[in-house]
Amino acid sequence: MNPLAILRKDCERPIVNLDDFSLLDERDHLHYLDSAATTQKPRAVLQAMQSYYEQHNANPHRGAYELSAQSTEAYERSRKRIARFLGVADVDTLIFTRGTTESLNVLATAWGRANVKAGDRIVVTRMEHHANFVPWQQLALAVGAEFVIAELAPGGVLDLDHLAQCCTPNTKVVAFGQVSNALGTINPVSEIVRIARTTGALVVCDGAQGVPHFDAAVDALGVDAYVFSGHKMLGPMGIGGLVVRREILEAMPPYQFGGDMIALVGDERSTWNVLPHKFEAGTPNVAGAVGLAAAAQYLDGIGMSRVRAHEAALLAYTTARLTEVPGVTVLGPPPERRSGVVSFVLDEVHPHDIAQVLDSAGVCVRSGHHCAQPLMRALKVSATTRASFYVYNDADDVDALIVALLTTRDRMGLA
Amino acid sequence: MSAELEELYQSIILDHNRRPQNFRVMEDASGHADGLNPLCGDQVTVWIKLDGDRVADVSFQGQGCAISKASASLMTQAVKGKTLAETQAIFDRFHAMVTGQGAEGITGGMKALSGVSKFPLRVKCASLGWHAMKAALDDAAP
Repeated sequence: MNPLAILRKDCERPIVNLDDFSLLDERDHLHYLDSAATTQKPRAVLQAMQSYYEQHNANPHRGAYELSAQSTEAYERSRKRIARFLGVADVDTLIFTRGTTESLNVLATAWGRANVKAGDRIVVTRMEHHANFVPWQQLALAVGAEFVIAELAPGGVLDLDHLAQCCTPNTKVVAFGQVSNALGTINPVSEIVRIARTTGALVVCDGAQGVPHFDAAVDALGVDAYVFSGHKMLGPMGIGGLVVRREILEAMPPYQFGGDMIALVGDERSTWNVLPHKFEAGTPNVAGAVGLAAAAQYLDGIGMSRVRAHEAALLAYTTARLTEVPGVTVLGPPPERRSGVVSFVLDEVHPHDIAQVLDSAGVCVRSGHHCAQPLMRALKVSATTRASFYVYNDADDVDALIVALLTTRDRMGLA
Repeated sequence: MSAELEELYQSIILDHNRRPQNFRVMEDASGHADGLNPLCGDQVTVWIKLDGDRVADVSFQGQGCAISKASASLMTQAVKGKTLAETQAIFDRFHAMVTGQGAEGITGGMKALSGVSKFPLRVKCASLGWHAMKAALDDAAP
């Protein structure tokens, strides 16, 4: 067998039963390559949410009646299941939020306003998603702190020497992504943590693009805070989480005020509920949590090492086949250092036009700045085209991408 | 490839994308304005020079997809030498065409933009330079 055929064989079939994904199953000619934006949802997730509403729906933590207790039980059981998936032992330090963006805003607002002062320093990296960039930038502007960006080394990886220079003793926050959403770069978390620990900073890891793709082992990372979204790991939209070390959460003021998060409400003062409730004001997204727990169950059923291996195989095959398309430049580090993401530019064709022609071939990719404008500036591109893979993709999707890229060149009048 | 895609990327669009007209900075402009499409990061700057109520010169620069670049290029050809009232009328006809309300009164190369109406997501691309032109006119107004 020739080398390309071997690479193709390694990713010939999805590692899930496509019957589980109605949307993909019912559209034979759809090649969904935008899972870094959001994943498709397996039936197990949708059914878990539906049966919650059909059988156990009531407001949790409130009613004295049996149904409310069932709802509470469903919610808290989901928290336990997701904490287990994440590798988080202290279950009540997993706070449910709407997702990564809200989690980071909780940290930057509630922890940040209480702990970051004028003259302090906040360090982020050049490859952050706007969600892990703008909240810190705005915190710095509001309190008069210094906002510093750790730059990239050649090849789309973080410059660890520069990060070390940025981490001065007055650094109060070091925030970085586990995996770059725009390039797929997998960051060396233990190295980053070691550097960040030379300061007394809060160490924040954005795991939005990590959790879905390999064993997150959050406790073992040694960070202070870890954030993620459910919808990028087969779960529903509108649910995600924030994991923070207990002593930090206990000292941190609430982010929102209202029902469920209080202990006693006096006429003049109030006191706060215990974790996790202190940070979950209002009626929670129980069905979302139930759906996310089902997604964690589904992924554990596959095995995260198989997920990682399948994406690596798809990446290897894609990288080999992209050499057939003249004018393609793949951005970021070599495939071994990337998650299942291929971010590329094609000479003389704007990514928006690429995505348009690809769409007509049923190939869904993301074009644009990927909510990472500071990164795009450093790479000196206005936009890229990004194909991202997940458990339901296979070699056919890659083949369709390559054919559609050749069609794009043709359509745009390139010889 | 679909016929609609053929219509979107007509050769005149591809030509204007590759060799945009009036693609330059204007030093002695009466007004200028920036257009930004935050969705894809496209940006354009349009300069206008007025002579009384006539558009004596118009130019643009920026980066964007083939549709936005070609549309801006066609815009400069369409309004150069026109009065302010004529420019407004051309803008209105362009807008009606790309939003699918008919291509009545559309002449010349601008007809090539009619395919945009089949792709609602691309109306923003096609309109970027046109809205910047309108803003540049406002900037130039005494």
